[in-house]
Amino acid sequence: MIDFCGLRLAHPIINGSGTFDAIAAQRAFGDALLAAFPFSAFVSKTITLAPRDGNPPPRLWEAQAGMINSIGLPNRGLDGYLEHDLPQLARLPVPLITNVMGSTETEVAQLVEAVDARPEIAAIELNVSCPNVATGLDIGADPVSLGALVAAVRPLTRKPLIVKLTPNTADVGAVAAAAEAAGADAVSLINTLRAMALDPRSAKPWLGGRSGGMSGPAIRSVALAQVAAVASRVSIPVVGMGGVADGRHAHDLISMGAMVVAVGTENFRDPCAGSRISQELKYLQIAGSSSTTVDVSEPQPEVELNCGDS
Amino acid sequence: MRTVAPLGRRRVELTGADDVGAYRVLRVEDRTGPVPQAGQFYMLAAVEGWGAGHDERPHLPRAFSFLHAEAGRLSFMLEVVGPGTHRLARLVAGDELWLTGPFGLGFREPHDERRALLAGGGVGIPPLSAWASELAAAGAPVTGVLGFRDAYHAAGAALMAAGDVTVATDDGSVGHHGLVTELLAAELAADGHAVVYACGPPGMLEAVRALCAARDVPAQLALEAGMACGFGACHGCVVPLAQGGYMRLCVDGPVLDGDLLVAVPAHA
Repeated sequence: MIDFCGLRLAHPIINGSGTFDAIAAQRAFGDALLAAFPFSAFVSKTITLAPRDGNPPPRLWEAQAGMINSIGLPNRGLDGYLEHDLPQLARLPVPLITNVMGSTETEVAQLVEAVDARPEIAAIELNVSCPNVATGLDIGADPVSLGALVAAVRPLTRKPLIVKLTPNTADVGAVAAAAEAAGADAVSLINTLRAMALDPRSAKPWLGGRSGGMSGPAIRSVALAQVAAVASRVSIPVVGMGGVADGRHAHDLISMGAMVVAVGTENFRDPCAGSRISQELKYLQIAGSSSTTVDVSEPQPEVELNCGDS
Repeated sequence: MRTVAPLGRRRVELTGADDVGAYRVLRVEDRTGPVPQAGQFYMLAAVEGWGAGHDERPHLPRAFSFLHAEAGRLSFMLEVVGPGTHRLARLVAGDELWLTGPFGLGFREPHDERRALLAGGGVGIPPLSAWASELAAAGAPVTGVLGFRDAYHAAGAALMAAGDVTVATDDGSVGHHGLVTELLAAELAADGHAVVYACGPPGMLEAVRALCAARDVPAQLALEAGMACGFGACHGCVVPLAQGGYMRLCVDGPVLDGDLLVAVPAHA
């Protein structure tokens, strides 16, 4: 059992925001999903104040060892989330973390206050990969703007406040330190890396939103470096993510200071990736604790595990 | 309309594969899977060598409607168009696949005693064949019109499991020399009290949609779109709706009523 900002998690593996839709997955897989939920906490997709349709398609591009997405944060808006989604998400067998994003401090404050009022929600994650209306820069790219935002909303909730950091910044450690100084309870990283793909036939941007975010194994080493940089700068818990596809990758992030690890793109390839990775990680941790010198170059035996009975 | 998928991906064995004209048919054993509904789809990936192709792809699984399903066995049909289909087409009996599904909503039965008119072509055959087989088993008469580029591709028409099927080719090498929509228009002129079930390349599907809309004939279209997951997680496979906004094909499709769309998108 892990104590993550007061949330009791059965294992260290959760989902990255926007990479698993528990409501849609229940339609596809039925109640079996609740009986063997892949994650120890569920992070919602990003909720905004007003409903959003999302970006025009195409929204995906498969890249080398990963993908670029330009989804555009489709969601029902705050009211729709609270009325329609929350009652369904409250039935999940794990703590619920609600991810919110606003384009102004006032918007974020409204979202945080509304989420704070709902006992079904265990924690709040702030998506700060959103352009500042005044400067045009991502709020999360600048330690000063981010610190100001977190300081402004911190007094509005007693729930754990997690700040989801963007990797598209010069010094992620400085941004993390600003979040901690302003009262964040945890930081999570990395979000996707800004990326672009061209339609080979027209040499014009393929994605409807022109550019998008890169994820998958291609960004794993970047994530490891950024998690290491952040963990050495802050004393609050770190949620590490980026290209995690097996227990070894989760173990690496934990070795560099992450307390919790989120799985994203791998969920698309394996709906039970969360369960599999948590089992693989458990095996590695047991193997690691029984010996003071673990030869990491030694191939680890495969653990063939699934969250169903098949 | 929807059979719920077992949770998680299953490791299944390829029992055989055949070339049928331009297409490759894969047969897999799926002992623990449920019986799917015609029009539903599965996500497939090779267990070995997935990611070792052109541009280090594929990375994500690929979506395929099943061609035939019976007693723990499934078959799929594909045409090689990219690194995913290239890898799948090279699998031989005994090779293993990761399989997830069945996903999505399939076809719905004709209403008001309308006849079933199946229209499509190319890699659109699988859901139409599965549906023809279900309708025929229920004793319903099935008429099919299929379009292909040429005789080499038209060999795929033999994969239709049931129905009275007429073929059109672009080059006239087999059947009617022209478009499948010409055959469909003739069928509708003869007896328009029908429900049209369609699947095929975007251009063809849009022509079928427009024709049915103009004649006020209900159409159920099985669409295709690039998708990463198949179960609603990635929000990548959306199509724009006539009423505004988008719909995810994987959980709210892939079969959609034609009147929900302004047009079948070129990317779908």
